[in-house]
Amino acid sequence: MAQAHAPDSSKYYLPHNSPWPIFASVSVFTIMLGAVVYLNDWTGLWSIIPGFALLFTMFICWFHTVIGENQHGIYNLQVDRSFRMGMLWFILSEVMFFGAFFGALFYARILAVPWLGGEGVKFFTHFILWPTYEGTWPTNGPAHIGGNAGSFNIVPAFGVPAINTLVLLSSGVTVTIAHHALRQGKRGMLIVFLAATFLLGFTFVGLQAHEYGESYRELGLRLSTGIYGSTFFMLTGFHGLHVTIGATMLVIIWLRVLRGHFTPQRHFAFEAVSWYWHFVDVVWLGLFIFVYWL
Amino acid sequence: MAEHTHAPAATSPAHAVHAVHDEHDHRPHGWRRWVYATNHKDIGTMYLVFAGLMFLIGGSFAMVIRAELFEPGMQLVDPQFFNSMTTMHALFMIFGAVMPAWTGLANWLIPMQIGAPDMALPRLNNLSFWILPFAFTLLFSTLFVPGGAPAGGWTLYAPLMVQTGDAFPMTIFAIHMMGASSILGAINVIVTIMNMRAKGMGLLRMPLFVWTWFITAFLLIAAMPVLAGAVTMLLTDHYFGTTFFTATGGGDPIMFQHIFWFFGHPEVYILILPAFGVVSEIIPTFSRKPLFGYETMVYATASIGFLSFIVWAHHMFVTGIPLAGQLFFMLSTMLIAVPTGVKVFNWTATMYKGSLSFEPPMLFALGFLFMFTIGGFSGLMLALVPADYEYHGTYFVVAHFHYVLVPGAIFAIIGAVYYWLPKWSGKMYDMRLATWHFWLSTVFVNVLFFPQHFLGLAGMPRRIPDYAVQFTDWNMVSSIGGFAFGLSQLLFPYIVLKCLRSGEPATGRVWESAHGLEWELPSPAPYHSWGEPPSEALIARGAAH
Repeated sequence: MAQAHAPDSSKYYLPHNSPWPIFASVSVFTIMLGAVVYLNDWTGLWSIIPGFALLFTMFICWFHTVIGENQHGIYNLQVDRSFRMGMLWFILSEVMFFGAFFGALFYARILAVPWLGGEGVKFFTHFILWPTYEGTWPTNGPAHIGGNAGSFNIVPAFGVPAINTLVLLSSGVTVTIAHHALRQGKRGMLIVFLAATFLLGFTFVGLQAHEYGESYRELGLRLSTGIYGSTFFMLTGFHGLHVTIGATMLVIIWLRVLRGHFTPQRHFAFEAVSWYWHFVDVVWLGLFIFVYWL
Repeated sequence: MAEHTHAPAATSPAHAVHAVHDEHDHRPHGWRRWVYATNHKDIGTMYLVFAGLMFLIGGSFAMVIRAELFEPGMQLVDPQFFNSMTTMHALFMIFGAVMPAWTGLANWLIPMQIGAPDMALPRLNNLSFWILPFAFTLLFSTLFVPGGAPAGGWTLYAPLMVQTGDAFPMTIFAIHMMGASSILGAINVIVTIMNMRAKGMGLLRMPLFVWTWFITAFLLIAAMPVLAGAVTMLLTDHYFGTTFFTATGGGDPIMFQHIFWFFGHPEVYILILPAFGVVSEIIPTFSRKPLFGYETMVYATASIGFLSFIVWAHHMFVTGIPLAGQLFFMLSTMLIAVPTGVKVFNWTATMYKGSLSFEPPMLFALGFLFMFTIGGFSGLMLALVPADYEYHGTYFVVAHFHYVLVPGAIFAIIGAVYYWLPKWSGKMYDMRLATWHFWLSTVFVNVLFFPQHFLGLAGMPRRIPDYAVQFTDWNMVSSIGGFAFGLSQLLFPYIVLKCLRSGEPATGRVWESAHGLEWELPSPAPYHSWGEPPSEALIARGAAH
């Protein structure tokens, strides 16, 4: 009976035991402990380094195992579908994470700030505490928190952010061209356009870093500049982090292309990374419209 | 294997495991079986044991609460610690006991019920479990740091929560880790259900436990990241000078409540939807009738899932949201009574003219049916804005959500264990003792929570360590019920351990009219449930509706 139930490897693929998941849990725990001791002022920021070192080691080793198994062709189509679905649902969870911050932005702009400015049903705070507060966006609140002596300027939408929009949108095009090239077996074109994609990605990150520098030094716009600074830096900051992660994944995919890992039929990792890339692209469009422009 | 030649020497543990890889069904032994686990049953067992442990720890926090509230005045603990106890009790019970118990049951049951050998992403499964012990180590250790454990309530409201001492970042990061665990677990469940069903197991043939978990997993993926965002904003407000929840900077403390409850309301359905699934499996078996209205059950579950995202502000009626908001959230909340009523009607109709017998799983399912419905009705009362002005923040609310969570979710979990334990272990447990477990739990859970309705209606506030003397009698009754309920739960591990050690052998079918693929497997079920996909005839026989 037991024999009859042993999984038939022609029908199912089941991975063997792996030390890397528990290694991942330990890494995350170490990062969290490091961050806890840092935030409680028991040590310096260096305390988060060991955890991240473990995490990177884990990523390298876990992906090494999985890529090796994949190159040996032991993953069947069902495993491929599981990976695809897993990635899509993971991206959905990321969308919801950004949703929380977009929600905060909309709540502040549409409800909280106008109320503080005396509009709508909750005008009493304005009336009693801050009768002179205008409640216009952008704002660092009725007490003018942060900035240069309480004032700040915003990053104009049609400067670096517009350029960055072009950069990121073109990277969405180049990754699609690279995908078509992969499907048609045009290796040279694939290598060039994939490289162009991550170069555009890093260009975006560089421009964004430059813009952050200007905000802090010249505009008086900082993370602590009231609700505008909070929403601006948390949204663009998390987005920038995701672009960095995405571009790093693109580099890894590119190195795998150079090693000839993908075939026109089977290239899940390539597609997963390109989906992720389109996701950061779409989030950016939301940011450009609602954070910078409107 | 050729890939080893590229491997750096540091990865040698992987090689050791690789070596046994070719013998797929080889059961790993020793500590690696658990720490490196990829088998759905092993991981499910770890989830269930972990949940049981957290249930005992969270329960002991509750005992502290009930001991302090036994009589008015301050006897045992100081107010700060009392508030830490309510906070930690909730966090341990919600994220440590109920959610991991459901994930553990999902792990054990879903592959067996859909005709699969394992979960779709077994290594991810290991990761989602093993994050939890670390997360709860972090949370538990807050009891010993300067400033004490978090005391702002499990809802973590700003600005109160931001005043937590050194425990603050520990609590936030513990919640991040629990959230990550739940999201990964939910991804695994969805992918398993979508991709691992045996041929012939159509969506509308799936057992209801699978269906309810499918919808729960959607809720988890959509809701947990929002909680992660909310607590991240708390963290940056505390340490990095953001003003999301501070009006001086243009933020709003009420905004935290909106974001939190956008997560929080789907969360309460995450805790209860799988219970609906379990009850929908147990009642037909012991009524010897197919489930009444299978499809309406599925649609009702989906409607509840959808509605759970548009009712969150009913937790905030007294914080001063605009009238239009109050009306909308009141009506949308009352709408949930419709699909829930469909379910209660269907369970009742399933039993109508059935040939009923009252084995322990059925007792717990019936206890669920009666007492969850009490909790549902008090929920309906709380949904009414003008009534809520009176009930809000009182023990009435405590009574309400404990009725849906203890004789609701917890009874369903216990019922599920009594229903499937013979299948998992191949052994029968002591049914007489389990019946005692049911009656003791049922009597004392009512002694514990029913008087809290009276206390709340009389105006006793929640989260207060002391109270006016007129509340003494019912508090004493409630505390006695609490201690007795807590003690009677010790029967549960005893019954399970006794079953594992010396239970009589169970048959494959276990219950004479149990339907579903898991009952077609021998007891105990083989290590990899369905190594050979079940035939369509077998699936058709399993789908009794």
